[in-house]
Amino acid sequence: MVTGETVNCERVWREVSNYLDGDVDPTLRGAMEEHFRTCKRCTSVLEGMRNVIRLYGDERMMEVPAGFSRRLEKKLAQTARAGSRPWSTWSAWLVPVAALALFAGGLRLANSLTVTYPLKSEHAQLAHDIPPDMLVVVSADAKVFHAAGCSFIHNKDKTRTLTAKEAIREGYVPCLRCMRKYLQTASAERPAAGSEADADADGNQGLQGTGQ
Amino acid sequence: MAQPDVVLNPEEAGATREQELIARVQRGQNELFYELVQPYERRVYAAAMAILRNEADAEDCAQEAMLKAFANLRRFRAESRFSTWLIQITVNEALMRRRRERTVAMEGLDDRRDEETDYVPRDFADWREIPSEALERKEVRERLAQALASLDRKYREVFVLRDVEQLNIQETAEVLGISVASVKTRLLRARLMLRDLLAGGWEQGWFSRLPFAKGNKPW
Repeated sequence: MVTGETVNCERVWREVSNYLDGDVDPTLRGAMEEHFRTCKRCTSVLEGMRNVIRLYGDERMMEVPAGFSRRLEKKLAQTARAGSRPWSTWSAWLVPVAALALFAGGLRLANSLTVTYPLKSEHAQLAHDIPPDMLVVVSADAKVFHAAGCSFIHNKDKTRTLTAKEAIREGYVPCLRCMRKYLQTASAERPAAGSEADADADGNQGLQGTGQ
Repeated sequence: MAQPDVVLNPEEAGATREQELIARVQRGQNELFYELVQPYERRVYAAAMAILRNEADAEDCAQEAMLKAFANLRRFRAESRFSTWLIQITVNEALMRRRRERTVAMEGLDDRRDEETDYVPRDFADWREIPSEALERKEVRERLAQALASLDRKYREVFVLRDVEQLNIQETAEVLGISVASVKTRLLRARLMLRDLLAGGWEQGWFSRLPFAKGNKPW
């Protein structure tokens, strides 16, 4: 096409990319096509660039690491199941609301269960009669505090001394033997404990309580 | 001649299915989300890779971008292409990650002057076509990926969005937050540089050493 306009090589190099994108006006396009017909250098530039665009635009150039798709699908599936999505539907709100309700219900249940352990409650209450600053001994793996020298101390080689107040705060309960004098009510009501008392003292207070 | 903006019939058919999937996921059918994005997973990864240049980072970024797209699908409006929207999220995620890295500051300083001077092609020998079938060969794909990775990032990013991701000029400008004129200038330079990088190899370099380059074509 003869347009009257001519272009030199430098102009062609500046516009060749736009030319391939169909982004030059018809006059310039005509002039460039005219130029390509006679200029092997610019034709080489044009063809090379077209080749580059086609090669890189090929799907095969978009490689992903092995296992990429599987990992992505798994991740999305996890998220979809977890319900972490925009709260675009009213039903999606049910998930956290239900979770909250369950949690609150669980707390109530846990509280109600706690108060059904009478002995624990009894111990806690009676322990108030123990002089808070009295030094007592606790041993590893046991839940009971004793007066120093009590024959029912387990693991005598792993004991530590603290005040009764601290022991109670840490969750220990008084030994039914050596602390007997402080536990008037309990000792009076409880049948005399035999040789199994130390076993009881080490963890079966709940069972003891049910025996009352 | 490349006509990347022409919408083909299969794409139109795909677009209808895509719209349906979007609507269903928006209504709560989460399990369909992967089906929706699966056709674009490679493009998402390529976009992340163009910016982060590290496989593990790119994969992590691609996953995160997909999760963000999932979380924000409600906000997607049909006036933009879903693929462009997805790429936009990915590029934003990748740029944010790169900003967090200290090394970026160095790369960010690259040759501003380049855009002010014209790039002159170096190789004017008759162009020997590299056939698309050659992409079946891993060595060819690797060589092309290497050439792309060697470009300065501002050229690499524009080139990847335009010629790999097939965004148009306007979309590329919007995704990168630069002017249309800058996109055109950088794209021209990227394409010319890649042409030179590949042309040099054709005659006496990488391509002629491959076994199939001398008539023994495996495709």
